[in-house]
Amino acid sequence: MEWFNDFWSTYSTLVFSVGVHALLALSIWLTLSCGLLSLANAAFMGIGAYVSALLTLQLGWSFPLVLLTGGIAPAVVALLIGAPVLRLSGVYLAMATLAFGEVVRITVLNLEITGGPEGLNGIPLETEGWHIAALLALTIYGLARLRRSKVGRAFEAIKEDEVAARLMGINVDRYKLLAFTLGSFIAGVAGALNAHFTFFISPREYGFEAAVDILTMAVLGGISSLIGPLLGSSIITLLPELLRSLHDYRSFVNGAVLVLVVLFLPKGLWDPRRFRKWFGKAKGAEA
Amino acid sequence: MLEQQLLNALTLGSVYALFALGFTLVFGVLAVINLSHGAIFMVGSYAALWLVSHLDAPLWLAMLGAMLLSGTLGLLVDVLILKPLRARNAPHLTPMIATIGVGIMLTSAAQGMFGAEVLRFPEETLPAGEFIVGGVHVRALEIAIVAIAFILMAVLFTALKRTQLGRALRAIAESPKAASLLGINVEGLFHVTSFVAAALGGIAGVLIGLDFNAITPQMGQPMLHKGLAVIILGGMGDIRGALIGGLFLGFAEVISKAYLSSQMGDAVAFGLLFLILLVRPSGLFGRVLERKA
Amino acid sequence: MNTPQTLLSIRNVGKHFGGLHVLQDVSFEVPAGGIYGLIGPNGAGKTTVFNLVTGLLAPSSGTIEFQGESLVGLPPHQITHRGIARTFQNIRIFKEMSLLENVMIGMHEHLKYGAGGIFFNSSACRAAEKRARERAFELLSWLGLEHKAAMLADNLSYGDQRKLEFARALATEPKLLLLDEPVAGMNPSEKTLLMEEIINIRNRGYGVFMIEHDMRFVMGLCDRIAVLNFGRIIAEGSPDEVRNNQEVIEAYLGREEEAA
Ligand SMILES: Nc1ncnc2c1ncn2[C@@H]1O[C@H](COP(=O)(O)OP(=O)(O)OP(=O)(O)O)[C@@H](O)[C@H]1O
Ligand SMILES: [Mg+2]
Repeated sequence: MEWFNDFWSTYSTLVFSVGVHALLALSIWLTLSCGLLSLANAAFMGIGAYVSALLTLQLGWSFPLVLLTGGIAPAVVALLIGAPVLRLSGVYLAMATLAFGEVVRITVLNLEITGGPEGLNGIPLETEGWHIAALLALTIYGLARLRRSKVGRAFEAIKEDEVAARLMGINVDRYKLLAFTLGSFIAGVAGALNAHFTFFISPREYGFEAAVDILTMAVLGGISSLIGPLLGSSIITLLPELLRSLHDYRSFVNGAVLVLVVLFLPKGLWDPRRFRKWFGKAKGAEA
Repeated sequence: MLEQQLLNALTLGSVYALFALGFTLVFGVLAVINLSHGAIFMVGSYAALWLVSHLDAPLWLAMLGAMLLSGTLGLLVDVLILKPLRARNAPHLTPMIATIGVGIMLTSAAQGMFGAEVLRFPEETLPAGEFIVGGVHVRALEIAIVAIAFILMAVLFTALKRTQLGRALRAIAESPKAASLLGINVEGLFHVTSFVAAALGGIAGVLIGLDFNAITPQMGQPMLHKGLAVIILGGMGDIRGALIGGLFLGFAEVISKAYLSSQMGDAVAFGLLFLILLVRPSGLFGRVLERKA
Repeated sequence: MNTPQTLLSIRNVGKHFGGLHVLQDVSFEVPAGGIYGLIGPNGAGKTTVFNLVTGLLAPSSGTIEFQGESLVGLPPHQITHRGIARTFQNIRIFKEMSLLENVMIGMHEHLKYGAGGIFFNSSACRAAEKRARERAFELLSWLGLEHKAAMLADNLSYGDQRKLEFARALATEPKLLLLDEPVAGMNPSEKTLLMEEIINIRNRGYGVFMIEHDMRFVMGLCDRIAVLNFGRIIAEGSPDEVRNNQEVIEAYLGREEEAA
């Protein structure tokens, strides 16, 4: 038990981060699985973090309620901006969500209640390991069920060919809004969890770089199944720890990963189709 | 004082326009949002600084060197990354994601090489001199910046309008397929465009570095976002739109900073950008270069 | 006349893109049952008619009614729910999905279960999915594709991709099936095979409304034919009437002379 306590006191933050990042990667997976490249998830996470932290600090709400509201707040925002934003596609959608993220960041930077550039300090440490584990498990289960249902198939169809999906009777706009909103909810909950174990939050954590980090996790892992984002988020979180010696160049590796994956592993690390090919070849060689 | 602010706005706006011009050129011709453009801008800044402070190069030579280096970087991005993606017909968001990675790499490399602290051009290398025109303090530096920006833009506009190369580029912007059927060397012109666009980004970096006399590894990112705001304002791929949009943003920013708060200047830019995307994605002033699949 | 027999009725429909008038004063009626053909030279506006009917485009003028109700202004998915399905001139199957999944996409609207059902994997949800899978197999078997159900659609031959498009469209349980040049790009023996599939579909009671280029092919297959030329209907009637129509002969002969 001794060694575990040692391990935990050194690495608990890291383990927590892996869990929170996994949630974030799943949140962007949801929109990507619908063919939407949205860069708003960092902002949604920020909204969740700030709303929940303020509820805890100012109103003393109970933690479960705070977590729930941390998810609902960005989901409401997503619902409101979703209809006009999701009319855009491709590059325009990416740009609009990026701009939205900046608007959120700058707003938080300038509000008094959010503590401006200094952020919020002294958020009680409410998040425990099992909270993250349970919510992550719940999310994975829920998304796995979703994937296997008509909704998951509809997402996939929209991703592949929006027009054909419409003509097969799928209400494309509604499903896009669903993916966007559900993704924002998950990101918001992740933000709330994060705020209640880091003690301190500031607008810097929710800007463009965070959005790119989240995207990198999903792109690296691959989006053809739920394992991809989980794998990607673990690697992106643990990589800097493994590369401590590179201190100044740590994010260089992140950038390089992004470029190399896009160039050489277009479907990400976890690509069942490629595995099948490998597996098939191995079997062929045996015969 | 309003006149003073207007001068600041003109200086800033002309550099925004210069930066956005390269940005929009790449989108118009290659149909790629090159999100490493901000980092290349930053590299231009450091390159000039290095040439001036380590090789004692005169400023004009340093500018030339910065353009060359950033242009080469842009060319490399095209040859090493964008070209293979084109070759395998990657989905159109893929190149954008790759250029995000390039941006991170360059920023991080600059931080590793030069540190995170703010660097400045040595005082004696800056064009000195200041005069007062109608009560407005005009720095020689500002005149130089505006002049360089406008000269380069004029050269680019003329080249696009009057030369064979410009006509070919416009043909590609309409439809790469048709252009290649016409015997235009599309790949070659993609390379040229990438070089020119990045060189413009690099020189914009030098000019901003001089204007604020502050160079940091992170300076590319807000610029990138402003560049996005400008080209969306002006219509993506629209050259003239980038010029008008750049000046417009310069004025909007300076004015809102002067009369609202300093942070609000940025919020105004992005709020505007967001709204325009929702209301009129083809841009306020421009028409979009629509491309038939 | 809007007799009870009429399934789809298009009246005085015009469509222009800017200054380009693609359709002008187009009127015809597709009766319930049987195969209705729409023919015409390249660029006559045939696909545009389908795009208007399925709600991908809005008509500039005129009315489009299906079973007596106007379709104008409805979004495409609702038009599909009313009972119109289509295939595409340049095949648009979901290549990254299996054949079975492709067909199940078509059933989307008929799978009645909600969020709770999905999350808790309720028995109603499982039963609905099971029924859908069985129906998908059945539809695939109609077209002789059931043994390829688990294959990725991308790996299908061209002809099989067409058939998969048929099966997917049928999965929406349409009353009227719109086929846009279903045999384009096939050799004569493949054409004959696919023609039989179309007849099979008709025999199962679906209305078929198809665009075709090949006059001979269409004459043998269709009960009635409308001929579109430069955006106008120049003839409408039984194959024999159309075949002997002077204007049609000119339109087609003129084209063949040009081609020669
Ligand atoms: N969305 C659109 N915007 C502009 N023009 C269009 C559009 N859709 C079709 N057109 C034009 O309308 C005309 C008719 O096109 P349509 O596809 O309906 O012809 P078609 O009869 O199906 O021809 P084909 O036999 O080649 O399939 C063409 O000139 C085409 O360029
Ligand atoms: Mg057609």
